[in-house]
Amino acid sequence: MNLVRRLVGNAPPRILWSLGALLALLLIAPALLGKYWLSVLILILYFAYVGQAWNILMGFAGQLSLGHALYAGLGGYIAAGLYFHYGIGPWAGLFAAVAVAATAGAIVGYLGFRFSLAGVYFALLTIAFSEFTRVAFDHWAWAGGSGGLFLKVDATRDIVNLRGGPVLFYYVILALAVGAFILCRALLESRLGRYWLAIREDAEAAQAVGVPVLRCKMIAIVISAALTALAGVWNAFYYNNLFPETAFAMGRSIEITLAPIIGGLGTLFGPVVGAVVLTGLGEAFTDLSDALRISGIKQIFYGLALLVIVVYRPAGVWPWLADKLGLKERQP
Amino acid sequence: MTADFFLSLAQAIAKGLLTGMVYGLMALGLSVVFGVMRIVNFAHGEMMVVGMYLAWMGFEYLQVSPMLSLPLIAILFFAAGYALQRGLISPFINRPEHQQFLLLLAIAILLVNACLAIAGPDLRGVQMEAQFESYELGPLVLDAVRLHAALTAIAIAGLLWLFFTRTRTGKSIRAAADNHTGALVVGLDVRRLYAFTFGVGAACVGAAGALMITIIPVSPFLAVEYTLLAFVIVIVGGLGSMTGALAGGLLIGVSEAVAGLLLQPSLKSMFSFGLLILVLLLRPQGLFGKAGS
Repeated sequence: MNLVRRLVGNAPPRILWSLGALLALLLIAPALLGKYWLSVLILILYFAYVGQAWNILMGFAGQLSLGHALYAGLGGYIAAGLYFHYGIGPWAGLFAAVAVAATAGAIVGYLGFRFSLAGVYFALLTIAFSEFTRVAFDHWAWAGGSGGLFLKVDATRDIVNLRGGPVLFYYVILALAVGAFILCRALLESRLGRYWLAIREDAEAAQAVGVPVLRCKMIAIVISAALTALAGVWNAFYYNNLFPETAFAMGRSIEITLAPIIGGLGTLFGPVVGAVVLTGLGEAFTDLSDALRISGIKQIFYGLALLVIVVYRPAGVWPWLADKLGLKERQP
Repeated sequence: MTADFFLSLAQAIAKGLLTGMVYGLMALGLSVVFGVMRIVNFAHGEMMVVGMYLAWMGFEYLQVSPMLSLPLIAILFFAAGYALQRGLISPFINRPEHQQFLLLLAIAILLVNACLAIAGPDLRGVQMEAQFESYELGPLVLDAVRLHAALTAIAIAGLLWLFFTRTRTGKSIRAAADNHTGALVVGLDVRRLYAFTFGVGAACVGAAGALMITIIPVSPFLAVEYTLLAFVIVIVGGLGSMTGALAGGLLIGVSEAVAGLLLQPSLKSMFSFGLLILVLLLRPQGLFGKAGS
């Protein structure tokens, strides 16, 4: 009860009611939506979830990672490899996946933070680790090398091995997204969350008043990497294939950062709103470019949209939207 | 056997040094912009690819050699860079890094997909007489195009050095980089200098693109690789240091060529990124950078 009170805290009742209604709607969505709209909703939830995970490190603790594909890729590869080679199901495999990704996060974090790399330098370190791992996986036979790792496509529902149709994957990613949202709220309300914000705003000042800066940053990157690994596991079993060229690509890392930056960095609703905006734009532009038949035109529209958003709403869409709706999310 | 090996090693090193000069010129563009404005140009590889495409188009449709279209491309890039800085980037100079990153990412997406829409996804290269010629230096054989490209890159880097040490604008830019407030106090038009700097950085990468197309064909998908390559080079050499960018270019050029000879060619980028990680951790100011900068 205490925990619930802390989570709900001083949120206005109408936000809670809207969230409850939204959740109810999402729970019955597969019965209401066709195949296409369900797949769009799955994409939105995926980006909202993985954005939430990235937001812990960047939005809360202020450390810019442009290499989160490392954790998603490791998670996906470990779980898929265990299933592929030894028949170990993903529910067991995810523990190994999370452990490996969290360790990788701890290594990147320890090296980066211990040597006080900040801002762009830390971001470049994360890119370097991700790229390094990409080339390593290209040459690692257990993981299928550059030829990729394929899981047998099987549409009969088998929850134990996470095999089945889109509806199964919808509920899994919904559970993850909701769980991550609640976890982030709890983190923000905790002492650790306050420490993170202090570090984000001014690490030296935080250190001076006794915040354990290194330990807090380490916790942030480990939690963020672990959550991202779960997204990787889900992704691997949803798409049934993994290639180093895409799993660890810089493009994958960038994709992860977009929803929270567009939505509003460091806010709880930012990654969610950003995921809706980006996926919506992506789908709309796909239809438009199918009609125009010029290669690359979809990405040109996408780039223009990003440009417009970053120039006119540099702090993200959500803070502006919240203001319009008359909701002021306490700026943490 | 061993004599053969040392010869092919020397050959690889020579090839790497020549390519490395062009890498150095490319990285110089990134380094100059960061050194002065503290902005990391995430669209750098995309700009490189645009330069390569422009030179390719000049060759394909107008039969102009990339070496001749190079000055024109550099001027065009200077103007575009100047306008880009004035119009879009300037308000972002003091914004948080993730906003700068998103802005340049959007520019990168636009550039590379414009190339894709115009020239398609296939590799595009130029066929020149010089590609079949070579110079013999003792036992070493140097490709003519590579040697020409390297010499041109050195000449451009020399011009740049003259610009930054001898001209009033160049000195003002260095002053603004050293002390932003001080530059404002003595009445320098910092906004114009920044635009000028971005123009110079863009001209470097445009020229590097025109040189690179004589060595390697281009496709839009190479853009990310060039961005990463430029990052590796400037970090290894020292972000913001001109000598560092050139030396880093040579180092990476040679290490790629030697790794390609000794290991599987596909492993060569692993070597570069390993080097990047080591330098970031042990000497984040780069091999040639000043500590504390």
